[in-house]
This record gives sequence, C-alpha cells and structure tokens, in this order.
Amino acid sequence: MTTVYGPVTDWATDFDHGDPEYNKNIHQIWETLKASGCPIAHTERYGGTWLPLTHEMVHEIAYDTDHFTSRNVVVGQLKPSQVEGAIPAPIGGAPPITSDPPFHAGARRLLLPAFSPKKIDPLRSKMEKMCNDLIDKMGDREHVDAALEYSQHIPVLIIAEMLGLPLEDADKFRGWVNLVLGNIGDERNEDRMAQFMEFDAYLHKHIADHVENPRDDLISFLLDSEMDGHKLLPEHVQGTVLLILIAGIDTTWSGIGSSLWHLATNAVDRRRLVENPEMIPQAVEEFLRAYAPVTMARLVREDVEFHGVQMKEEDWVLLPFPAANRDEAQFENADTVDIDREENRHAAFGLGIHRCIGSNLARLELNVAVETFLKRFPDFELNGSEEVTWSTGQVRGPRTLPFRVLSRS
Amino acid sequence: MRVHVDSSKCQGHNRCYALAPELFDVDEYGNAFELNDGVVPVELEAKARLAANNCPEFAIIIED
Repeated sequence: MTTVYGPVTDWATDFDHGDPEYNKNIHQIWETLKASGCPIAHTERYGGTWLPLTHEMVHEIAYDTDHFTSRNVVVGQLKPSQVEGAIPAPIGGAPPITSDPPFHAGARRLLLPAFSPKKIDPLRSKMEKMCNDLIDKMGDREHVDAALEYSQHIPVLIIAEMLGLPLEDADKFRGWVNLVLGNIGDERNEDRMAQFMEFDAYLHKHIADHVENPRDDLISFLLDSEMDGHKLLPEHVQGTVLLILIAGIDTTWSGIGSSLWHLATNAVDRRRLVENPEMIPQAVEEFLRAYAPVTMARLVREDVEFHGVQMKEEDWVLLPFPAANRDEAQFENADTVDIDREENRHAAFGLGIHRCIGSNLARLELNVAVETFLKRFPDFELNGSEEVTWSTGQVRGPRTLPFRVLSRS
Repeated sequence: MRVHVDSSKCQGHNRCYALAPELFDVDEYGNAFELNDGVVPVELEAKARLAANNCPEFAIIIED
C-alpha cells in the first residue's frame, strides 16, 4: 500500500510520512535524511511539506506561533484554504489544538482543570481494574496480541467515559481515529467522505442529547462553559469533543504498545522492571522519549526564511517531537534506550503553549498498563512467526503485537 | 539552595511535581510553583536538580 503520491524512491528529497514504510523504518529514514546533509527535509507531497529533524528547530517552531499557525495540525492532501467550510484561525476545527493566540489561551484554560494531576490521579484504581480485566479475558492462551487485546482498549474506555459517550462504541471511535490520523495518503473517495459525515453526525447527535439531558461529564461541562461571558459556539463544543476523543485514543494506545514492544524485545529491561517495579515511572519516561508517538504539524503563515530554507505560505511543517527526542545535541546517547536515564527533558508531549493537555492522563495510563502487564506476565516475547505491524501517519505505534506468554502470575 | 518556577515558561508538564512533591506543587490548571519560598533543604538538593533537569521547557531556575 502506498499513498496517492506513489511509492517513495528517494527519502531525502521525496519523503512521505504517510507511507507505511515511514513509521516502520523511522529511525533509519531520519538517519538517511540527516546523512544527506539536510537538517530540514522537504517533499512536494501534500502540497509541500517540511520535516525539521533537530530539537533546536522543533523547539523554535513550536514556540513561534507568529510564523507557524496551528490552524490544522494533521497534514492532509488539502490545505485549509482548499477545504470548503473550514473553520478559520484563530479557532480552527478542533480547539484549542487548532487555535492560535489569543483565542487559544482561553479555550485551553477552560479544559486544563479537568486534566490536572489532582483530577487524574484518582483514576488509577479504575485503570488497574480495566487492565486486569483485559488480561483476564485472554484466558490461559500462550499466544496473545498485546495491541489488539490490551493497549488499544485502555485509553478508549477512559476517554469515552470522561466525555460521556457510550463505551460500546469503542470500535467506531478507533475507526474514526484511523480515518482522521491514519490514512492521510489514501484516495479521497466517496466512501471516505461518507465516513467523515457519519463521524460528524455521531458527535452532533450525542452533543444534542447532552443539551437535552445534562450530566456530569465533559460534554455537559463544555455546553455549560463560558468564554468572555458567552457560551461556547456549537462548532467550538463539537471541535473540542472531536479533539479529546481523537487525541486521547491512539496516542496513548501507541505509547503503551511501543513500551510493551520494547519490553518484549529487551529481556534485561523486562526482568529489571519485574524485579524493581519502582523503576517503572522512570522507564516509562524513557519509552516516551525513545518511542514518542506523536508528530504534530503547523502551517506556514506567510512566506518565511527558516534556517536557510524558503518556506512558502501554507506549506506544511511537521513537528517531529520523536526526532527531537533522539537528537544527540540534546540527549546523550540519544539512540540508546536507557531505562536508567535520570535526566530526561523529552518532548513527547510537545513544547510550548500546545503541550498535550492529556499528558497527565496518558502518563498514568502508561504506567498502570506497563505495571499491570508485567505483574501478570513477568515473561513474554515476540511470537516470531507473526509480524508486528506499525501505524501510518503522524501517530506512531504498533497496531499488532503478537506475543508468546512465557509465564503468568 | 533555592528553586523557582518561571511561570512564563511553565506549560504544566508536571515533571517537577511528580519527581519532587516536597518542593513543588501545582495549581488547578496544572501549572507548577515552588513550595516554602523555594528554599531547598540540603537533603533535597539532588531532587531539586533532578526536577530542574527533567523540565522540558527549562522553566526551573536553581540558585545555589
């Protein structure tokens, strides 16, 4: 499977992060790009896209909201100016992630208390039960899939409950996540458009139901909220619900999956964490650094020169936090995954004003998921006869993780 | 030793609060601030450095 742009023949001049080979071979591809002498790679695909690879540049772009707008943070085949009815800056289609200052600050401040550590920490026991239930369901099989049967379920159930959406629609949510983030290079056919419309209608229906029947959840909270003395616009409420649903699912699912993949392929780390579970929080930070799931994107606001290259208005600029996290200039032995790393200023949750609002939730889910998995399966390995498959697009993580369970407790 | 969180840089990553809750707390928005006027007891100096060196935004200032 390639994208509408066809297979990549030269990663240095014609990269395509929507090509399935990209996430699969991401570290070799970055090496190739860096070795070609370009710290900022460029492709004509998606209407022109830049890929800066150093921590310094990623940091600079994340902080520079004057030259780089967040109006759309997922690279697509169409630019916002080509999309009919696209909600303009500074609000954008999924506030506050698609918002710019000054609107951004108010829209974000509204949401922050719901995701603060003191609100999130009490969810731990619920997560532990959820993880244990998922493992119970695997029975006593030797072969399990840690992505399909474990990691993909954990964030969906939590976020659906926080929002006030039916938990039994989890499969739909995963489908829509894939629609929005996964197959960015697929042909834009009628079936794809119909799925977007179905997603829109679904959100609309459930928000309308909350208008009629308010309850104690995030959708009702948003409907009840005010900014500058006014209720939020309906498109603001729906955009934020969409954001929380999409952003809260496959990011964390990917992070859990990559952590378990590491532990399946590194017996020494696995044994150390089983014997010393108090090391898990620090190890999770290292997994977040080394396997950061999320690459964001920005759009160039107007023609600008950046580190010697000429960027054009409405070019896409990818913000590869995962590449920033492997920059030797910022991290010693950046390509070594070292669970003893104590100093770790990784940027897995972004930098600057758009820091992932769900980072406390994601961290807790990651810690509980790794802890519980290791407690129940102290020994496991990849089932060599089946392949691990990786996601495509701006969120990177394993979509299948065939494991052989070697011991249980 | 004293620590100070530069509130213009803090974006609420919460690393300091997780690593050194004796020295830092967070408000209802998740933004960090130092406790006890930032005074760090000798036995917590290593923790203060650890917190500062884990801040992705370089928002924690240490004065020796």
